[in-house]
Amino acid sequence: MFAALANPHRFMAFSRWMGPTLAAIAVTLIGVGLVLVTGAPPERWQGTAVRILYLHVPSAITAEVAYMALGAASVVSFVFRHALADAAAKTVAPLGAGFTLLALVTGSLWGETSWGTWWQWDARMTSVLILFLLFVGYIGLRASIDDETRAGRAAAILAMVGLLDLLVIKYSVSPPSWLPPLYRQLTGGELVWWNSLHQGESIFSGEMAPAFLIPLSFMIFGFLATFGALWVTRIRAEVWSRRAQALAVQAAGA
Amino acid sequence: MGALALIFRRELALAWNGGGGPLLALGFYLAVATMIPLAAGLPISDTPATHRLAEVAPALAWVGLALASLLSLERLFERDFEDGALDLLALGPVSLEGVSAAKCLAQWTANGAPLALAAPLAAIALGASPTLAPLIVACAAIGGIAFAFMGGIGAALALGSRRGGLLIALIVLPLLAPPVIFGGEAITAFAAGLSWRGGLLMLTAYALAAAALAPFAMAAAWRNAAS
Repeated sequence: MFAALANPHRFMAFSRWMGPTLAAIAVTLIGVGLVLVTGAPPERWQGTAVRILYLHVPSAITAEVAYMALGAASVVSFVFRHALADAAAKTVAPLGAGFTLLALVTGSLWGETSWGTWWQWDARMTSVLILFLLFVGYIGLRASIDDETRAGRAAAILAMVGLLDLLVIKYSVSPPSWLPPLYRQLTGGELVWWNSLHQGESIFSGEMAPAFLIPLSFMIFGFLATFGALWVTRIRAEVWSRRAQALAVQAAGA
Repeated sequence: MGALALIFRRELALAWNGGGGPLLALGFYLAVATMIPLAAGLPISDTPATHRLAEVAPALAWVGLALASLLSLERLFERDFEDGALDLLALGPVSLEGVSAAKCLAQWTANGAPLALAAPLAAIALGASPTLAPLIVACAAIGGIAFAFMGGIGAALALGSRRGGLLIALIVLPLLAPPVIFGGEAITAFAAGLSWRGGLLMLTAYALAAAALAPFAMAAAWRNAAS
């Protein structure tokens, strides 16, 4: 499917209806999700403040998906020198920064009501903040090199380095489960690491009650569809603006 | 191998002799270390402010080190880019990856190693226990390798951009988070009497991975800027 869409003409024809379709799906999912959220029960300890969950978790998941998308688009644009992949990478960065900021702000509000602190230098929060800085660095690098092709390739290198580093950053703040036993076996010592205030993963492990899980799923897929619709629309805008520029250069030369 | 050694010597000579060499980075480090207690409160002994400062002294020395090693990076590729030496180096027998690695190693020898020797002085002046000194030197020396190689990626990417120094700091600082975390972990664990080897080993692993992989990113960025 992606190979077929690499052709810009085919992409433009496909995205013409794909963008509005995704937008309609997003509106439906978030609409249903919001109705379900208002009907969802308050949580035992947190009361109604738990409703921030329905904004916080979807934005955090979308932010991580956005960085994966940036990394994938950067690999394709760097290896195959593909202009459409470069447009995809360029347009996804501000979206990713926006969703990351949303995750940080909603998380901060939620932290204030349930932990009594706006911010804690905890593993999850720190790595999401660094994710935000990576997006900002990407946008900054692109903006400060004038030549569009050169800026795109330099930024693609940064995104790929960032993708590798992001894994290390996640592990540097909270070790993968296999690391402490391995370390104990190799050195005989205990690995000292950060303690996290943030709760562990509870969606895929089946710990979350269906009353919370069902509205949350609607919101997660709604956010992902919103992200997709905005991304496709932004790529289309980028393609049109590049065509306009090419036409302007042509007209000036003639 | 002879050509690579020659390039290393050239880079070292440029980094050591040109424009004050390591003294500039050391001077900046001294200035940062001086500003911190002034900003943190009264420099009178035995006030709560003094004790607070002593607790975070190794951390402050560590962050100042990361900043000082970033500032000297701006000229790493830019100087050769401006006077055309990069084009000549690209025509030479050594691959761009090799030249990039030599540049970063020279950068570490001329700036990172002197800064590593100054780091415990800064930490002790801020109030850290002198028993921490050997570990701080080790962390600063090993972390300095990671700073030089990851910073080199930033310096190569910023080639031909309109705002070099600021841009390098913005794109490199997030990438420096893991070594800063590992080093900080080792030092605070040692100060608290806990097992500190884990942090130091992770820091070493990160520095080695950076030294092995970063030259490829630098060479790709260099080719892109020269194209």
